[in-house]
Amino acid sequence: MNRISGKIHLFGDNVNTDYIIAGKYKFKTLDMDELARHVFESIDPEFSSRVQTGDIVVAGSNFGCGSSREQAPLVLTAAGISAVVARSFARIFFRNAINTGLAVVECDVTGARTGDRLIIDLAGGQVELPDRGLQFEAVSLPPAMMQILSDGGLIPHLQQHGTFRVGGNP
Amino acid sequence: MTMTRAERILAAHSNRDQVRAGEIVVADVDLIMAQDGTAPLAIRSFSSISDRVAYPERVAFVIDHNAPSPAESVSVLHQQMREFCSRHGIRLFSEGEGVCHQLMVEHGLVGPGDLAIGADSHSCTYGAVGAFGTGVGSTDLAAAMATGQLWFRVPPSIRVILSGRLHPAASAKDIALHLVSQLGPDGATYSALEFDGDGVGGLSLDERMTISNMAVECGAKAGLFAGELGEDPGSAKYEETVEIALDRVTPGCSVPHAVENFTPASDLGDILIDVAFIGTCTNGRYSDLETAARILAGNTISPGVRLLIAPASKSVLKQAAESGVLSTLLDAGACLLTPGCGPCVGTHAGIPAAGEVVISTANRNFQGRMGNDDADIYLASPATVAASALTGHITDPGRYLA
Repeated sequence: MNRISGKIHLFGDNVNTDYIIAGKYKFKTLDMDELARHVFESIDPEFSSRVQTGDIVVAGSNFGCGSSREQAPLVLTAAGISAVVARSFARIFFRNAINTGLAVVECDVTGARTGDRLIIDLAGGQVELPDRGLQFEAVSLPPAMMQILSDGGLIPHLQQHGTFRVGGNP
Repeated sequence: MTMTRAERILAAHSNRDQVRAGEIVVADVDLIMAQDGTAPLAIRSFSSISDRVAYPERVAFVIDHNAPSPAESVSVLHQQMREFCSRHGIRLFSEGEGVCHQLMVEHGLVGPGDLAIGADSHSCTYGAVGAFGTGVGSTDLAAAMATGQLWFRVPPSIRVILSGRLHPAASAKDIALHLVSQLGPDGATYSALEFDGDGVGGLSLDERMTISNMAVECGAKAGLFAGELGEDPGSAKYEETVEIALDRVTPGCSVPHAVENFTPASDLGDILIDVAFIGTCTNGRYSDLETAARILAGNTISPGVRLLIAPASKSVLKQAAESGVLSTLLDAGACLLTPGCGPCVGTHAGIPAAGEVVISTANRNFQGRMGNDDADIYLASPATVAASALTGHITDPGRYLA
């Protein structure tokens, strides 16, 4: 999980979790593959047919604001998204992404365009746009979250360690 | 060093004398709540972690978001909740009981100094009773059901000083909308809001709930009023201080499609409305219905307007029925909904048609929130919604509440 690379889809600021997956779908089923057909439907109806496994979402500030529903990161993963890189995240979405094993990287990738390739060095905290010769430093994940993410999410973390192995100072 | 309210509560629950913002703690949780939009996933996650709920008396499930069920697929999810609660001895509030956050406070399941988590972003509402209440996802909730604990990063705190008194036409909802407009949708991300000032004493529990409820709309982790008297809030270390003079709060609306887009109601008089909705965890309490009844008494709503009322709980409904408030609202033309979330989340109970305009006492107006991407949602106080239902266009309630 240390190196993630893929083609990017660019979004703006304040992309809320209802835009990621609308409430009217979230309550109908727990089948994430079914929900993935509706990912970003309100703001980009063609997205679900364009997205390919391994693609990366790049966004502005406050990505994932709004509802706490965990369907948001789960649906992104089911749609094939391997990571979300954003200038900033809303806290519940950020935590849910880590808990469900979706890599989230706080980084302002100015100059990125939809279709560009992106390479993320998760452990090193570096993000690269090779097609544009640009490199960025990401905000490093608190060690607690890095631990959970590298274990594959909170469930594998608890299964492995039997408890929360996250205490202490950052 | 004096701790903030958030630091104090997290320290107490993690067996520490002192914690500071930024630290990670593993804390005992007093309340673990999920609703029908989040409980089914939590049940699924739980089955991968454990087969025994550690402290079932601390857990509560609520069927409120899609209540009663509008579709077979939803009924299946409700059934999973009923079976899980029965198997593990967990308290279930079934359809018709009311909205989760209202019920937790009404039934005393959360109190001053408590650490409460809910699989619902508006769990910050519990700050109104001086609890650290925060929204989490279904997997976090499952982990807490299995262990009775959860890990937290201690948040920094933003001090929000409320001073003076509201004008009669303005309300707690208008304070909340002003605050979100001032801080922006991410102005308080990862922080806890701490409410203080001489204006706090004049706020009722209902009003504090409305304000705490919307803390998440500026990105906050929690929105805490004082739990006990005799505190010295000022000497703790705050990230930022924000001041709101209550006498300068005007009735207004969040205009489509963002909560921070505040405009005074008096500037929106040319907006015609189709639907007026009073309800939700933000503004579905008795005092909210009573305010609406005061404005609507003896009148009928404008032709072409539908007024939907969803009491936040069965006891709110009963109180309104006993006091005459319900009759007044029905006589004015209101349509009564099951106590619960109603049309707030866009799944049932009043989805608007394309091109329709809704004025609502809920807490979010994102595009498509109420189930139709082509409907516009304006957020406002119960008074503003009632006044607008009367006239058929967005109306400052001032002349009805002198």
